Amino acid sequence: MAYHKITLTVNGEAEQVDVSSNMTLLRMLREKMGKTGTKNGCAAGECGACTVMVDGEPVNSCMMLAIECDGKEIVTVEGLADNGHLAPIQEAIIDSGGVQCGFCTPGILIASQALLDRNPNPSQAEIQEALVGNLCRCTGYVRIIEAVQAAAKMV
Amino acid sequence: MLDPHPSLPEFDYIKPKTLAEASQFLADHAGEARPLLGGTDIFVRMRDGFWKDQYLVDVKGLDGTNEISFDPAKGLTIGAGVSMNRVSAHPDVKVHYAVLAEAVDSVASYQLRSRATIVGNICNASPAGDTIGACILLGGVLNVHGLDGKRQEPLSTFFKGPGSTVLKAGDVVVSIELPLPPKGLQGTYLKLGRNKSSDLSIVGVTAIGYPDADTVSGYRVKVALASVAPTPLVVDKVEEIMAAKPITEDVIAEAAEAAFETASPIDDVRGGAKYRKLMSRNLSKKALTVVWEKLGR
Repeated sequence: MAYHKITLTVNGEAEQVDVSSNMTLLRMLREKMGKTGTKNGCAAGECGACTVMVDGEPVNSCMMLAIECDGKEIVTVEGLADNGHLAPIQEAIIDSGGVQCGFCTPGILIASQALLDRNPNPSQAEIQEALVGNLCRCTGYVRIIEAVQAAAKMV
Repeated sequence: MLDPHPSLPEFDYIKPKTLAEASQFLADHAGEARPLLGGTDIFVRMRDGFWKDQYLVDVKGLDGTNEISFDPAKGLTIGAGVSMNRVSAHPDVKVHYAVLAEAVDSVASYQLRSRATIVGNICNASPAGDTIGACILLGGVLNVHGLDGKRQEPLSTFFKGPGSTVLKAGDVVVSIELPLPPKGLQGTYLKLGRNKSSDLSIVGVTAIGYPDADTVSGYRVKVALASVAPTPLVVDKVEEIMAAKPITEDVIAEAAEAAFETASPIDDVRGGAKYRKLMSRNLSKKALTVVWEKLGR
């Protein structure tokens, strides 16, 4: 199987990595870069736990090959905070109690941040639609939605 | 123990520099190579062992595959590599092809639609493909690059069966063209899934209608069904019935009955054949009523 050398930016840092053809972005982040905040839930594009931003767009990282990320800019949950200061969406999800086991949280944070980036003042329906691809089995979504609404007010 | 998170099997990623190179490679490796767009179906099927390709040939970024453009005289061209989110967010799509945007937005989730493409949805040729009905009813034509160069394939004759199309080894779909829609076109896509959002369809109904002075009713109305036949299914009888006499609730019911009779679904994990047939009728009735109301009834 072929290997490829790729150059990309992860959370603002330039990286050079050797990846096999069949390595997904998810596996590269977790296994090659130690960015284990990005979770491996279903590996089928359904649960959203592996959501990261690629050039500003939220993507299921299990549904993208690492080689396809050559030259791209990736932001993972580790990259949301700014110099140790949590992003508003992170503060808001803590305040609202929108976290229980925490497994879905990184994907929810990235999908929510991406929503706020493209729509700073989303309605409840728009928040629900933006989080359709993020499954949470603990909190029942109400507090997660409240967190996004609160974050929208903070920004 | 069964690995709950299996990796993708081994394959080689190929990035050709030209369409000619892509077609040649795919033809030389017929049966063991596949064009790659968003990969949202390919990766799942390879991971689950259904597809065992040795090569994935990334055709995104090749000539014309990454652009979406609207020409007020000719219509819309969507490159094969253009993500569903780009299509849905395109201002001209919202205005002129709203039914396509509605169908696109019903597919899975936003982050999956960052990767998924309309041409990929079409080439997979799943009877359940949400965006296919709109593309067929809007008169979609595919631009294909094959070993013999470029040609066009109309969607109306493109599908042969589940996962099967007229495409041959070496063919790469470059883009889809949708002509300018008829004046006053209205449409809707209604989807029944196992949950309200993000699921594959048990039944999907695309309906469009527009004023047409050549019909008795004054309207041309069409319906395409998803997930109820081996291929996406246009119900020709709906068009006949809705053209032949002034549209009333009874005429809509008669047209919906034609959808019921034409549907030939199977039992599968998402729903039973009988349920699908009944819901083909009920959803068609609902979709035709929506279109009729949008047309001003």
